[in-house]
Amino acid sequence: MNVHEYQGKQILKKYGVVVPNGFVAFSPDEAVEAAKKLEGDLWVVKAQIHAGGRGKAGGVKLAKSLDEVRQYADELLGKTLVTHQTGPEGKEVKRLLIEEGLPIEKEYYVGVVIDRSSSRVVMMASEEGGTEIEEVAAKTPEKIFKEVIDPAVGMLPFQARRLAYNIHIPKDKVNKAVKFMLGLYQAFVDNDCSLAEINPLITTRDGRVVALDSKLNFDSNALFRHPDILEMRDLDEEDEKEIEASKYDLNYIALDGNIGCMVNGAGLAMATMDIIKHFDGEPANFLDVGGGATADKVREAFKIILSDKNVKGIFINIFGGIMKCDIIASGVVEAAKQISLDRPLVVRLEGTNVDLGKKILRESGLEIVAADSMEDGAKKIVQLVK
Amino acid sequence: MSIFVNENTKVITQGITGATGLFHTKQALEYGTKVVGGVTPGKGGTEIEGVPIFNTVAEAVEATGANASVIYVPPAFAADAIMEAVEAELELVVCITEGIPVLDMVKVKRYMEGKKTRLIGPNCPGVISPGKCKIGIMPGYIHTPGHVGIVSRSGTLTYEAVHQLTTRGIGQTTAVGIGGDPVNGTNFIDCLKAFEEDPDTKAVIMIGEIGGTAEEEAAEWIRANMTKPVVGFIGGQTAPLGKRMGHAGAIISGGKGTAAEKIATLEGCGVKVAPTPAVIGETLVETLKEKGLLEACTSK
Repeated sequence: MNVHEYQGKQILKKYGVVVPNGFVAFSPDEAVEAAKKLEGDLWVVKAQIHAGGRGKAGGVKLAKSLDEVRQYADELLGKTLVTHQTGPEGKEVKRLLIEEGLPIEKEYYVGVVIDRSSSRVVMMASEEGGTEIEEVAAKTPEKIFKEVIDPAVGMLPFQARRLAYNIHIPKDKVNKAVKFMLGLYQAFVDNDCSLAEINPLITTRDGRVVALDSKLNFDSNALFRHPDILEMRDLDEEDEKEIEASKYDLNYIALDGNIGCMVNGAGLAMATMDIIKHFDGEPANFLDVGGGATADKVREAFKIILSDKNVKGIFINIFGGIMKCDIIASGVVEAAKQISLDRPLVVRLEGTNVDLGKKILRESGLEIVAADSMEDGAKKIVQLVK
Repeated sequence: MSIFVNENTKVITQGITGATGLFHTKQALEYGTKVVGGVTPGKGGTEIEGVPIFNTVAEAVEATGANASVIYVPPAFAADAIMEAVEAELELVVCITEGIPVLDMVKVKRYMEGKKTRLIGPNCPGVISPGKCKIGIMPGYIHTPGHVGIVSRSGTLTYEAVHQLTTRGIGQTTAVGIGGDPVNGTNFIDCLKAFEEDPDTKAVIMIGEIGGTAEEEAAEWIRANMTKPVVGFIGGQTAPLGKRMGHAGAIISGGKGTAAEKIATLEGCGVKVAPTPAVIGETLVETLKEKGLLEACTSK
């Protein structure tokens, strides 16, 4: 799960990570009010969307007067920002972060990730702040420094010091940088983050070490123990069908094609998309109904697929293991009874309770095209939506 | 022979009284797996399906002599269950549970350092040596004993591959699902190494997917160490960037971990990669023919 920059900064602040003073604003009036509460004569008006690259897309403005704050707020709210992470359709700006302007001395990068090979949390830092870390990794990998953290003792001060020296934080600010990094690590583990990126971290001419930007992602599997973070979820940033699917604990991702897919297991679901594409079809979604799906869940999944107006046909590909074929079949039959099934449906069933599942479908009276294998099913559905 | 499990493996089920744990314990018993006990705190001293239940793993091990466990405990308690099994010095722990917080697994991995237990999973279908022992949620009937080893990050895609082999008369030594989480116990290389050392395994199928670099690391290992042919498949060739495709570990981040990259690395290391999931079996058959191993792999 993602949160907005301002929400991430609220979390970091609790851990002693210094962030610029600022307030969230939902209207130009609120933006001006926010600016008035902040000292100084320079403000930053930042569009809050769940995507990087906002600066380049014109989503971050420097205002030198309250009039300019109002003007920029007016411009940005309701505007659709297109960045390299939003896709061509872009994202509408509905919230702004109004922050004090800071006297930037130099920009750095600090990020925390879970490293799969070492099974440890790793903090990375670089003096190439403001640039995407992937770009730094590709061009100048020697400028990225890493500290692997032992979960038994947490991040140690010497590790933070080593990072600070390696990226050439000015001597007089090393202690502040250490406190910053230790706070960032603690925020990461306490909140079950999957990614925490501060890009840029800045030093200021008045001696501060500040997180100018923040990007926090959270492990969806751990949200059950973080109700406060779950409250920060912004439904405006998510696809409607994906929101509906998440209510039923379904793994659904909307795509651009016209063949709706219902599959059990993430690997098979991905492979089903692949094979549809292989036979020149276009999948409309990724959908893993999961192992413990009930007939109710399958029915809702089916409805979500059908609610996609682009969907011209559906391919159900099930290899039952933990998931039983009869459950899938009952859910499909129930859903098709509730909402009239007006598009072709190809079903391939194999695995646990397969005979029972096939029987339920056969006796339902529904118009279902049976497939013997995944290839057969993919070919049939591609043909049917043409 | 087989890897990790055999006809002598004695298993306890952690979370045996839950719906999933119970269903799959019954299935395992029907398959002939030696399920010797179960653990559900608070239900010790009772019995279910003729299997004695214990309050702790240590008690279960002491009473039954079990050397393996399978975990069907809900995600919030699964890390604790794994560590309890590790502490009881079981040789093998298979964790089926999906949805364990990744930082819990980071702690588990740290806890396991220097301990003797092998962990398979989490978020996996388990491990099966056809005709000998089935630990996990895979449908037993699609498997048949034979000479091909399978290792995979995906459950259902493993069944797909196994099914394609069985229908072509090719049996399996062992099929291992290593799971779809970013931090897991046993990796591709552990399995490839075990298959390389297993005299009964003549060839291996390796099924990977987008995210991380485990397939690339495995490819390098194969190039340097593997004498047996390996056929691969990578799921997620059409997956969009930055989206978590069901499995917590299946995400292309920062342009890294794409299927194209993995396929290129595997092929560069001598692994033949099936172009679609429907032809994994066929691709293996072709490779076996080339190596003159088809006959050895279609016999029992």
